[in-house]
Amino acid sequence: MSIISKLSLTEIINGIKNKKFSSEEITKEFIENSKKSKKLNAYITECFDEAIKSAKDFDKKKDYKGLLSGVPIAVKDLFCTKNIKTTAGSKILHNFVPTYESTVTNNLWSQGAFLLGKLNCDEFAMGSSNETSFFGNVINPFGEKLVPGGSSGGSASALAAGLTPATIGTDTGGSIRQPASFTGTVGLKPTYGRCSRWGIVAFASSLDQAGPMTNNVEDCALVLQAMSGYDPKDSTSADKKVDNYISNLTEKVKGLKIGIPKEYRVENMPNEIDNLWKKGIDYLKDAGAIIKNISLPHTMYALSTYYIVAPAEASSNLARYDGVKYGHRAKGKNLIEMYENTRSEGFGDEVKRRILIGTYVLSSGYYDAYYLKAQKVRQMIKNDFDKSFNDVDAILTPSTPSSAFKIGDKSKDPVSMYLNDIFTVPVNLSGLPAISVPAGYDKNKLPLGLQIIGKPFDEQTILNLSLAIEKRANFKKNLEVWWN
Amino acid sequence: MSKEKFDYFINGKKNKWEVIIGLEVHAQVLSKSKLFSSSSTKFGADPNTQVSLVDSAFPGMLPVINEFCVEQSVKTGLGLKAKINLNSIFDRKNYFYADLPQGYQISQYKSPIVGEGEVILDMPYGTKKIGIERLHLEQDAGKSIHDMDPDNSFVDLNRSGVALMEIVSKPDLRSPDEVNSYVKKLRSIMRYLGTCDGNMQEGSLRADVNVSVRKIGDKKFGTRCEIKNVNSIKFMQMGIEYEAKRQVELLEAGEKINQETRLYDTRKNATRSMRTKEDAHDYRYFPDPDLQPLKLDKSLIDKLKKELPELPDQKKERFIKEHNLSPYEANILVSEKEISEYYEKVIKESDKKLATNWIIVELFSVLNKKNLSISESPVSEKNLSSLIKMISSGKISGKIAKAVFEKMQEGDRDPNQIVEKEGLTQQSDPKELEKIILDVLSKNQDKATQYKSGKVKLFGYFVGEVMKASKGKANPKLVNDILKTKLK
Repeated sequence: MSIISKLSLTEIINGIKNKKFSSEEITKEFIENSKKSKKLNAYITECFDEAIKSAKDFDKKKDYKGLLSGVPIAVKDLFCTKNIKTTAGSKILHNFVPTYESTVTNNLWSQGAFLLGKLNCDEFAMGSSNETSFFGNVINPFGEKLVPGGSSGGSASALAAGLTPATIGTDTGGSIRQPASFTGTVGLKPTYGRCSRWGIVAFASSLDQAGPMTNNVEDCALVLQAMSGYDPKDSTSADKKVDNYISNLTEKVKGLKIGIPKEYRVENMPNEIDNLWKKGIDYLKDAGAIIKNISLPHTMYALSTYYIVAPAEASSNLARYDGVKYGHRAKGKNLIEMYENTRSEGFGDEVKRRILIGTYVLSSGYYDAYYLKAQKVRQMIKNDFDKSFNDVDAILTPSTPSSAFKIGDKSKDPVSMYLNDIFTVPVNLSGLPAISVPAGYDKNKLPLGLQIIGKPFDEQTILNLSLAIEKRANFKKNLEVWWN
Repeated sequence: MSKEKFDYFINGKKNKWEVIIGLEVHAQVLSKSKLFSSSSTKFGADPNTQVSLVDSAFPGMLPVINEFCVEQSVKTGLGLKAKINLNSIFDRKNYFYADLPQGYQISQYKSPIVGEGEVILDMPYGTKKIGIERLHLEQDAGKSIHDMDPDNSFVDLNRSGVALMEIVSKPDLRSPDEVNSYVKKLRSIMRYLGTCDGNMQEGSLRADVNVSVRKIGDKKFGTRCEIKNVNSIKFMQMGIEYEAKRQVELLEAGEKINQETRLYDTRKNATRSMRTKEDAHDYRYFPDPDLQPLKLDKSLIDKLKKELPELPDQKKERFIKEHNLSPYEANILVSEKEISEYYEKVIKESDKKLATNWIIVELFSVLNKKNLSISESPVSEKNLSSLIKMISSGKISGKIAKAVFEKMQEGDRDPNQIVEKEGLTQQSDPKELEKIILDVLSKNQDKATQYKSGKVKLFGYFVGEVMKASKGKANPKLVNDILKTKLK
């Protein structure tokens, strides 16, 4: 890896501004890295030629007004990109080219960034290991046999391996935070409604939220700033002012009250995770924060609630992939057979599993017992957080119950796979913002992350607390490049 | 008139059966753009030219509610004297079909925007109140076209996403006549409000008709069948009649009615089963997570209430009170917004009683004959009003007026000009008339003698002769008066 591509996003932007290097130079470096790193299988679509053209255009115009001036960024292939194939990691969209640009990516481009490529992900963002992608699994740069997490696995892997200076993912149950934790990067899921969902291939509408994945907290604030904002095209986006995350970013967190929920100490959790959590508490104490034990009593129901609500919405959201209008179409003797063949061929097993679960829980006779009850429990989980936030400013937990696991380890057992999201899922159900910040390694030298959960629309506080941890944990990404 | 005279029953072999009917009317909201997108709703465009990315359900597209459509449905609710719900919820109704791009229809299931209301029908046997159960907003689907190609079906998405109001009646209707009256009244209310154009040919108004029968005297409703998607009142009536008879025959033969959805075949005048309850869709309704619950401000409802135009029932009351019309006349004149507007323009400058008669009798017979609507009337309000003015001032007789009216229809001619040009002005000069009368009497002295000796029936003969001599222009009232004195 070259020196430039080891710089943070903020350093790169400043370097371009101060003419230490041109946009074209750094773009070429990331392209070079990407080309050499095919082993990771991080990309679904490369847009290298277009990126170089954009970089050259930028160097000619030299317009430094945007927050992300002159920076190439590869994004998760769940964001629709105009005239660029957008697959959602699925065969059913393997040939789909949108005529429109998602609001969030458009926000990045209007801040001076441009597209480097589309990154691999679990099919329709359904997965925690990037093993469900039609385009093959992604490798974690921390180990040839390791998953990068999911569903934003391609994003996490590309970022950690230096193929892109920053990226964006989507998080429905942990899909940003878990892969960030598995790859030693920072990943933030904003408050539901902070970023527009318009133009993002939908998985579960009431849970989906796009967010930044970066090498450090400062970069995270920057990308969040660029991508956030109200969008009248998304009825669930919040018409609320976006704070200036960058200028308000500070590690001064003295006096902030941090909740430690006892329910997050789960059975069979490795000691290392518990120790990391304790270290996190120490870091924040050291920064002057006040630690408080809290209880989120309905946490134990979060995962089962999530696996009713998310598949229910998905079963309906994915009904549009029927072979009639766009995407993959199989032959059939009549309409029904065409549907059956298209969807049988077009969807992978995990997607089919969730469509079946979702269809089941919404069916008449089961709706009340499953979907309606899950909605009620969801409200109770949210109430737990609301109550806690009367006493604390933020909540500290581990991001995941383990470090990156091996490819194939959990893919045969969906429930053990689902359990990996046990700490992240309650946050989506409650619509809260949360960040995963790298804080240490386990005995196998695999990165581990800490999660900080904030009050609605208080992304600033969790960014500040993360910065305090980052400074103290002094996490170094000790990566030998083995994948070129 | 007694109510019994108009009761509608099916006479089975064993019993008399009452027919219970409830309607689900789908009325297209009158709006420029669709319920959740900004595509045009204009009728008759080339296939798939009014389709946005939202209407065709592209990945990542999201619905945004069209506030105008919401206001239109609130207005309709107010016109139905219904409860407006300040909170309502959009749900997804999930099913697969080629012309349903999302794989679900956005509709309102448990919490509709409008609750219970009513529609008053004027039947020959008096007024009848029909309860409204609810009104909800939903998207229309596209159109599948199966007859353009032997091997392929085509889909036109121009209608996809167009806003519909589904207006559900209570099972209060008892005959095809009442259904006719109900649909017309509903249509009229919405046209007064400007919330639906009511154009049944273009599919702006269609209905699912629920029909069941029960023996006279029974309290419990029978099992119902739903006749799906009927787009003409005549077909609704014929479908009901057929369906009710079918059910009676089955029941009298000791069989059961299956709850099912049926189609009315217009060519065979029969209904046939489309799907039974067993293979009914499970629509898996759930609240659409892409949309917030629809919250209405009380102030918006108050504002819309204030802006509400005069509706047929109120207008009828006013016509009766202010213009001294009979309920029958008032009913006809308010039945369509355009008719009432025509009437009100005509009476601005002319006699109300005469105008009422001329519109209801003369004009309507012309319109019926030529199969025209009032807005296509060959005689404008202004010219009809001029004609009536000439009648009431005595310038022309009623008889001449009819001849003039005939001529006015060719290119909406001004009756004054016709009368001038053709010298049709009524002779109302007593001296002139006296001359003619004396002339007629002198030519018919024998008959005058007979009259005077008691054969009073001959009076009409003299009037006729005078009119003939005056070429129909003599003022009939004056002719009468003068004749009477001369024949004394």
